[in-house]
Amino acid sequence: MIRNITLGQYLPGSSPLHRADPRTKIIITMMFMVLLFIINSIWALLAAFVFVTAAFKIAHIPFKFAIKGVRPVLYIILFTVVLNMFLTEGKVLVNLGFAKITEEGLLLAAIVSLRVFMLIASASIMTYTSTPIMLTDGIEKLLALLKKIKVPVHEMAMMMTIALRFIPTLIDETDKIMKAQAARGADIGTGNVFERAKSFIPILIPLFVSSFRRADDLAIAMEARCYRGSEGRTSMRVLKYGRIDVAIFLSFCIICAGILMIHYLI
Amino acid sequence: MQDIIIETIDAEYTYQNHDYPVMAVDGVSMSVRQGEFIVVLGRNGSGKSTFARLLNALITPDSGKVIVLGMDSAKEENTWEIRKNVGMIFQNPDNQIVGTTVVEDVAFGPENLGVPPAEIKKRVVQALRDVGIYALMERAPHMLSGGQKQKVAIAGVLAMKPSCIILDESTSMLDPIGRKEVLDAIVQLNKKENLTVIHITHHMDEACLADRVIVVENGRIVSQGTPSEVFSDVEKIEGLGLDVPQVTRLMYNLRKAGLVNETGIITVDQAAERLGRLLG
Repeated sequence: MIRNITLGQYLPGSSPLHRADPRTKIIITMMFMVLLFIINSIWALLAAFVFVTAAFKIAHIPFKFAIKGVRPVLYIILFTVVLNMFLTEGKVLVNLGFAKITEEGLLLAAIVSLRVFMLIASASIMTYTSTPIMLTDGIEKLLALLKKIKVPVHEMAMMMTIALRFIPTLIDETDKIMKAQAARGADIGTGNVFERAKSFIPILIPLFVSSFRRADDLAIAMEARCYRGSEGRTSMRVLKYGRIDVAIFLSFCIICAGILMIHYLI
Repeated sequence: MQDIIIETIDAEYTYQNHDYPVMAVDGVSMSVRQGEFIVVLGRNGSGKSTFARLLNALITPDSGKVIVLGMDSAKEENTWEIRKNVGMIFQNPDNQIVGTTVVEDVAFGPENLGVPPAEIKKRVVQALRDVGIYALMERAPHMLSGGQKQKVAIAGVLAMKPSCIILDESTSMLDPIGRKEVLDAIVQLNKKENLTVIHITHHMDEACLADRVIVVENGRIVSQGTPSEVFSDVEKIEGLGLDVPQVTRLMYNLRKAGLVNETGIITVDQAAERLGRLLG
């Protein structure tokens, strides 16, 4: 059961967004996030919201997945909504005596929650439509310029890849160690917070030790296969901008212009 | 001889990073011919893994020489060319897979060599076909069985187009089915592609597949020859703490009882044929 975790949140598909170059998606997502912080009129944000919904439609991803992505920060959103609603000065709509809800407060709450929601939803479109490896590749290529100033871009991407590769292996191993310790009478997951934290030590230590051994083995295996950093290395997967990327990028720019117009004019 | 691809001359290697130095390889001289299937046998700690690492320049000999395709492994400029030509598959199937999918892992070697992308794809497909795991191409490594993982590792080495592959106890962590799968794959590669194979193991029955068996003890070669030559000296093999194949043991006991007189019967078929004649 523990084996069946999916890495990242990739949902396989063949929509234009799935087929687009990861670099396009990364750049667009970043631009959109900046845009979200520029606009602060509710109408512009609503327009952006329509755009995000449309993007989910194009990627053939049910909109409930957008909500799923937001769930971890739901309480933060609720908290800011409540704070904004009650603590903003302005025209009073409801007076509860100890606190009052103002029109400006409601508006601000709506703006803030929409913004946070869209920040996460737009990032999730990216991760729903690209595999972790595609994203790693995209980041490596985008940051290639930094190589000139000796930033170890390739090494960082390689570390990401290896981490992704070994997460399932380590989960398996954790499972095995937990069972082994339980078979020796270890009591895992009962008692108060401190007792529970302490009961994880007999799991973590073997896990660490074996991870170091794995790392050592892997390093030797990589050397035996002629790995010597990025120098002289090619990649089987070639990223190529295609017509689809141009189309996506242009339509994104037009939509951005539209949203900005709404922001400045209304 | 023309077709010798690996040659060691009095190679020695001592581990220094212990409380006391351990001499793991103590003056080994041998040569490997193109297309040979060699099995190296030895107990744990006999130096067989260290010997394997000498052959692909993961370590270089303290004294003596290791020469691969005419290149001296002690010279640093030869290191990568030697590693490209002598591929190595390790013991733990989990700890040698780098890629998050089978294709990516097989592509890792040729990528390191700077092979152009289109050529890498061709090689990867070929390598996956050669070991018979083409269908598993898009799988993640943790979804594979041990035998399949080792085959991925073999394909990963094949994609680098080596002249020789070394399996460093690569079957020791596998179940019998996985072991058979991997062995079948390498026997095929040896017979069909004429790939040189050096298989390090302590499973005696695997040794019977070899053209030549080399027995290592205390960093030295103590016995060498065809499997039937090596196993005919049952006392010597058992004296080294190794087992002989079950069939050999049976025939040995029959010979001691005076029922048969030939030595060097190592396969079940040979034994069955001989016993058939014995029983008339």
